[in-house]
Parts: sequence; C-alpha cells; structure tokens
Amino acid sequence: MKSLVPLIIAGVLGLAPSLASAAPGSRLWATGGVTSFEGAAGGGLTPWALIAGYDSSQQWGGTVAQSTAHLQDYTLNVTAAAVSFDNRVELSLARQRLDLDTLGGRLSMDTLGLKVRLYGSALYNRWGEWSLGIEHKHDRNFALPSAVGARSSSGTDVYLAASKLFFGVVAGRNLLLNADIRATKANQTGFLGFGGDKHDRYQPEFEGSAGVFVNRQWLVGTEYRQKPDNLNFAKEDDWMDLFVAYVPNRSLAVTAAWVDLGAIAGLKHQNGPYLSVQGSF
Amino acid sequence: MYPRLTRTLLAALCLCGLGACSSMPSASDSLYQQLGGKAGISKTVTMFLYQVVDDDRINHYFAGVNADRLQKRLTNQFCQLSGGPCHYGGDNMHKVHAGMHLTDADFNALVEDLILAMEKRRVPISAQNRLLGKLAPMHAQIVGK
Repeated sequence: MKSLVPLIIAGVLGLAPSLASAAPGSRLWATGGVTSFEGAAGGGLTPWALIAGYDSSQQWGGTVAQSTAHLQDYTLNVTAAAVSFDNRVELSLARQRLDLDTLGGRLSMDTLGLKVRLYGSALYNRWGEWSLGIEHKHDRNFALPSAVGARSSSGTDVYLAASKLFFGVVAGRNLLLNADIRATKANQTGFLGFGGDKHDRYQPEFEGSAGVFVNRQWLVGTEYRQKPDNLNFAKEDDWMDLFVAYVPNRSLAVTAAWVDLGAIAGLKHQNGPYLSVQGSF
Repeated sequence: MYPRLTRTLLAALCLCGLGACSSMPSASDSLYQQLGGKAGISKTVTMFLYQVVDDDRINHYFAGVNADRLQKRLTNQFCQLSGGPCHYGGDNMHKVHAGMHLTDADFNALVEDLILAMEKRRVPISAQNRLLGKLAPMHAQIVGK
C-alpha cells in the first residue's frame, strides 16, 4: 500500500483530463460534496451519501485532494484521491499523516474506501440518498498505538450514510442534511490503532452534518462526529467543525474550517484551522 | 442573518428526520410574484429553452418539437406550480416523456440549463430554489420512462 497511494493519485491525475473530455460529468455543481479526511466524498470530518465527482449515468468521475489542519499540538496532512462511476460506486484512497508537534514523531495511516449508493438521490428523491461504505485502515506506525493499549494496527469501519437536500427552506436557501451510523473499533479514527485495553469491540457511532447553500457556489455548515473511547491511557472526545466550502465549478472546491478535535492522546483542546483543496471532474 | 429562524428550522428538520419534511409550509403566491408573474415566467422559460437549444448534451431530444407550443406549456406549468392563476393543460409528465428513455445525466443537464436561465434573468435565489424544489420530484416521472 506504501507505493500504491502516489501511483493511484498519479493515475487519477493522468486520467482526469482524458476522461473529462470524453464524458464530462453532468451532475449539478457541488453534488459530489468535498473530500473528507478519510478520502470519501463528504464534508471534512464525515462522509456523506453523495458519490465523489460529477459522474451521472454511465459517466466516470473523480477527485484528488490535499487537506491540512493545524491544531495546538498536532498537524494533520491528508492526500486523497477517488474515482467513481455511474453516480453509483466510489473507490477512494487516502494517506493521513499526523505530526506530533509537541510529543515528537509522526503517526501515519492509509485508508482504502469503497462507497456504494444504494438508493435515491439527495436532490430528486423525497427520501434522499442512501449509501453504504467501508473504510479499511492500516497504521504505518504502530509502536505508539501499541504502547498506549491499542490491539490492532488495522481495522475496517462500515457506515450507512443518508443525505438530503431541502430546497429553499432556510431563508429561501437550500439545506443539506447528512447522517451516518458507523460501526468502528478505531481509536482517534485509527491514528491510535484499533480496539483497546478498555474496549475491543465494534461500537455504533453517529455522525451528522448540516449545511446551507448561500448560493450554488458557497456552502456553510457544521459537522459532528461521535467516536469510541477504547483506550485507558487517555479519554477520546467527539469531533466537530464549522466549515465554509467554495465550489466555483465542477473542477475545484476549496474548504476552510475550524475543527475542534477535543483531547488527543492526553493533550486537551486540539482545535484549529483546516484547509482542503479538491480538484474534480 | 436569521439565526433564530435558522435554529428553529434546523430543529424542526432534525425532529422530523431526513426526508420526512418534503412539504414545508411555503408561500406559493409569493413565489409566483418573485418569478415576476406570468410575464416574468414566460421570459424565464424562453431563456431556459435558449439554454437547452445550446446544450449539445440534450438538444437532440428537442429536434422537431414545436418550440412555441412547448414555451406556452412550460410557462403555464411553471405558473401553476408557483401558485399563479394558470392551468397547465398538457399531458402529465409520465406520458410526455414515455419512450424517451431519459437518463439522470439528461435530467441533470436540463436542471442545469434552467438554473443558468434563472441566473441570467436574475431571478432571486430563494425563488430559484423554491421553483426547483417543486420541479425536483418530477424526476421520478421523467427519467427512465
């Protein structure tokens, strides 16, 4: 997997122009969401039911994204890519690096994601859009997670996501609501391994987000992500953010956010700015 | 700008859950006014049809169609949908699109053309959204028939 990430990203970058010229995705602007830190289409911290990119019937879509968050004691960097087909299936790959600015060292993991749209449409269906996703994660450094009580260096999350756009309901603006239920054993989404000395079983966690399209290019919203608390050495907090996404066209999305990740590995109040730039087709 | 209203709406939407609130109370009569009455709607429909004719993704579906009649039908349909004093006398959406095998891609292109037309006509964003909200459910009667 080590050499796979740059290879796939290069592949997507190389394919993007040719696929885009062959069959430009015809989904409406911003309907691929942006790239979450785990690589799947979503917001910043949570996946949405939307499929990455702009592919509609029989079309290909894709995204590449670079994201960073600067917290009090940590710096997060994510490189991610996704390809999608038929607005039905999305395959994503992400490499996440967490620099331990205060503690010293770096944690790194890879996430391979698959999302399938099961039913509906966020725009056109009264019951919204429903997707099932899996995220297989593997820690590239396991010494620290192991030392603090993590049981495994890899794990697989499964989530069910629902997304729905409500037309003109907030001061005439469109409201996008998303909800996920996720089964996971991940500690700090996997940076600190999977399972722990306190709990070592799958637990259901809720994730939700709400955003308002100020116009078709600007989405302002918030996300919340519940997390398990598997390790005795330090308490794990839920995550949240406030975000602004700018989607000027089908090629570019820029997301700025303020993320609050709570306590991480005993260091409290980890919050700070987040920036993500996505190219798509 | 409307923090209290936003919070109340968010709370209401959360309470009734995803998808269960498709019929929010809306001021249909004001939508008709916001669209500029029948004259404004007619101009928007004309602009919409110009966009469609220019759109190589879908304009072939409209080859040989009586543009004048289509313009009047759509104007009456949008007028009626927006709460105006009009009557859409055409066939239902299912019947009109039967046998055309339209795809999601076609439907998306059509919606995009309508949005671009409304933007060119400087239709207020709230009116654009409310009209789109009334048209969106027609997807089920139009695509794949």
